[in-house]
Amino acid sequence: MSFLKPSFRHPKSPTNRLGLTTRAYEGTISTLCAGCGHDSISAAIIQAVWGLGIPPHRVAKMSGIGCSSKSPNYFLSQAHGFNSVHGRMPSVTTGANVANRDLLYLGVSGDGDTASIGMGQFAHVIRRNLNMLYLVENNGCYGLTKGQDSATSDEGSTNKKGRVNPYTAIDLVSLALDLGATFVARSFSGDKEQLVPLMQAAMTHKGFALIDVVSPCVTFNNHAGSTKSYDYTREHVEAAGVVDFVPTSQEITLDQIEGSTKVVDLHNGDKVQLSKLANDYDPHDRRAAFDAVQDHKQRDRLLTGLIYVDPTAENFHDILNLPSTPLNALAQEQLCPGESALKSINNALK
Amino acid sequence: MKATDISNPEYFHKVVDCQFACPAHTPVPEYIRLIGKRRYSDAYMVNWESNVFPGVLGRTCDRPCEPACRRGRVDEEPVAICRLKRVAADQKDDDYVAARLPDIPTQKNGKRIALIGAGPASLTVARDLMPLGYEVDLYDENAKGGGFMRSQIPSFRLPEEVLDQEVNYVLDMGVSQLFNTRVDSLKGILDKGYDAVFVGTGAPKGKDLNIPGREQADANIHIGINWLESVAFEHLDSIGKQVVIVGGGNTAMDCCRTAKRIGGDEVTVTVRSTYEAMKASPWEKDDTLAEGIPILANHSPREFVVEDGKLVAMTFNVVESSYDENGKRTITETGEIVTIPCTDAIMAIGQDNAFPWIERDIGLEFGEWDMPIVDKTTFQSTNAKVFFGGDAAFGPENIITAVAHGHQAAISIDLMLNGQSPISDRPAPGTNLVSTKMGIHQWAYDSAVIDDDRQASAHIPVEKALSSRKIESELGFSPEVAFVEAERCLNCDVQTVFEEAKCIECDGCTDICPTNCITFTFNDEEEPLRNKLNAPADNKDTDLYVSQDLPTGRVMVKDEDVCLHCGLCAERCPTSAWDMQKFLYTVTKAGNEPAPILLEQTQPAQKVSKTEEQAA
Repeated sequence: MSFLKPSFRHPKSPTNRLGLTTRAYEGTISTLCAGCGHDSISAAIIQAVWGLGIPPHRVAKMSGIGCSSKSPNYFLSQAHGFNSVHGRMPSVTTGANVANRDLLYLGVSGDGDTASIGMGQFAHVIRRNLNMLYLVENNGCYGLTKGQDSATSDEGSTNKKGRVNPYTAIDLVSLALDLGATFVARSFSGDKEQLVPLMQAAMTHKGFALIDVVSPCVTFNNHAGSTKSYDYTREHVEAAGVVDFVPTSQEITLDQIEGSTKVVDLHNGDKVQLSKLANDYDPHDRRAAFDAVQDHKQRDRLLTGLIYVDPTAENFHDILNLPSTPLNALAQEQLCPGESALKSINNALK
Repeated sequence: MKATDISNPEYFHKVVDCQFACPAHTPVPEYIRLIGKRRYSDAYMVNWESNVFPGVLGRTCDRPCEPACRRGRVDEEPVAICRLKRVAADQKDDDYVAARLPDIPTQKNGKRIALIGAGPASLTVARDLMPLGYEVDLYDENAKGGGFMRSQIPSFRLPEEVLDQEVNYVLDMGVSQLFNTRVDSLKGILDKGYDAVFVGTGAPKGKDLNIPGREQADANIHIGINWLESVAFEHLDSIGKQVVIVGGGNTAMDCCRTAKRIGGDEVTVTVRSTYEAMKASPWEKDDTLAEGIPILANHSPREFVVEDGKLVAMTFNVVESSYDENGKRTITETGEIVTIPCTDAIMAIGQDNAFPWIERDIGLEFGEWDMPIVDKTTFQSTNAKVFFGGDAAFGPENIITAVAHGHQAAISIDLMLNGQSPISDRPAPGTNLVSTKMGIHQWAYDSAVIDDDRQASAHIPVEKALSSRKIESELGFSPEVAFVEAERCLNCDVQTVFEEAKCIECDGCTDICPTNCITFTFNDEEEPLRNKLNAPADNKDTDLYVSQDLPTGRVMVKDEDVCLHCGLCAERCPTSAWDMQKFLYTVTKAGNEPAPILLEQTQPAQKVSKTEEQAA
């Protein structure tokens, strides 16, 4: 068994604006099962962060517990990271984000870590519109404890032994839309052409961005009765549109795209271009987004792509009126201005 | 593109770059692995079956394999294949090797073959035909066999005992040795009733240089290959104090280094081309410079300066090389003239074929450049009984090419004398493809890719090396160094074999591949397909491995160019759609019997059980 990836890379590997190849963004060799969807997501993260030209050490990888939460070890070895308690990734990320708002917060969670034990934290981090990318590696089962149905397993789907799941599933996308999330997307681990630009858009979005990624569990949930297998997902997936992330430096050429096209302005002039939109889909309309998700669900289809985005919403830092300098970079006298400042505040309240 | 047909033996053969580039197609990774396991004698036998002179070639080969080596495309330098071969020869157990040489039937088949010239081509023909029961007469004008391996390669590069041993492996099969016998008439040979004649007489005529002063200075002007031969057979044992060598090939390097050892105090090499464009192998140039011999590039010979009937100097026009966009070279004089004092001058500017001894009325046609017309596959001339090989066939090449010719000519001779066609009945190459899987994520080869740089081969101190022309100047690799170098081999013969029916398109292989070789995409013509792969695929000398259509309508495309054969794709594959399978390609020899040593290498890997593993 190989424990180390060879150090040789393609001699003509492209470099990003920092002059780095993707090698600078890799992690150790995965110890997840061979063929796990999570590994594809890790590879997509590497491509996305590399493509944005973000220095690896300016990223913080946050996770909880589960197969998904192991995966940050397999990308961005040079990034910061915190492997927190089960389901508590959002609160740890909130703390870290308040202390240093300059990092890119990349939360990696699973269906158990999010929709079961972490449900409360998930709901509240959405409400706060914390500036982070929250990735759910959603395989519809508890892979680490041998494949029991999870809270996102569809009603009527079966486990590996054939037992039918009697409970309804939590749909994280619908939930996030309902709770006011400002960037909601869904994708599939087997479709990097969609996943990578979605991640880049989500990383650029100022506020809470959820990407719910169907990520098949090859060992426990990739059988005929599963609704989160490679085959089932490929057969039922329906993209809201083709997603393309367009950085500031690049020009958009709308006329080259056939059919309906929309451009979403993100922060700093970066844009997301959506083309081939089904039925003139408008990702700015929360109610339409909700309808589209429900509509697809009823037709037994899985809507993927950028489902909703509000690039103008105030995020957690704006709401709390925090300074633009990260708190951990403020000097002692600014953080703790002393007795006279306290007095003047108290006086102002009298 | 059409799906790749991996059952075509040449597809995977081409992936093994070193073996594919070798004229004799020696299974290089196979013997390098054996060296890594310290099985030197087996490594030697794998070589011997293919190239007959591992000890000689391990020192003197032109190494077509090394520039082809895949490691050179991902690392700074290729694997030191040539010097590893020498390790197999240096460390082998002579008794073991002797016991594994083929049995020679005492009952002969009644067919008699004449071999003209005892160089590597003829010796290879003898090596292949003797075990089949042929009677072989070997003619050479010199007292010993070996041809230009003996006459033109100096002993400080190839010790006599190494050459003798390998020449004797063949001669001791019972070859009848007609040495000190110069053949002056091919007709005379044919009249002796041989069933077939093989001509392996090399390219024996060194080129001369006709510039002013040539005739007057004749006593001190030597033709390189003739001069080397005179030294080798000890007709000559000294040279003047100041020697100028004209020419920039490997013969020039051998001449200057020999001159330095037998009396030349000031030896200078002059070459008309630039230093970079010299024909000599880079390592030969390095060894020359290391011995304190200057190489003057851009020097075009102008005149031999003669005083009192004696050579005293040579003058040269300093020239410049320029290349047009097609790479065509133009040499122009700068006007500068350089004079180099010298007592002797050696011309090493190339060699030609010469067949004054072949009659032109025996049904053997000659073509351009007065060269015999020889079939490139069968090595048969227009006289069905006469075959050519080595430098005699198509002009000067090298030892390994001569060996390759010899094997092929032997096949033709054997087929013809058995009433078969040397063209349509030629045997196909032997191939074997067997999984190296030993358990989950366990392979029967060292799949890890190590980072070590190419190991340097040790030399003896220059003063000592220059003290005698018979002391070998290079020590070669120690077993320890050889192990490190052997581990640098990427095992390109362990092929990534893809089975469409098992693939679930999870991208596991694409994601792990260190060199981004693997892409799942929609099929297209080769050019657009190359442009949409995950990594640049612009080395068109290497193939794309394209699968049949997969369930999503896509295909798997693997660019073979910089695959490290690390096995990670197969380790990260949940369904074993990828497997690492060892491919052995063997050039079938006369008689169509696979060599026992190669049969041994085709056994499937043994599964190791947990308990055995723990016990080990």
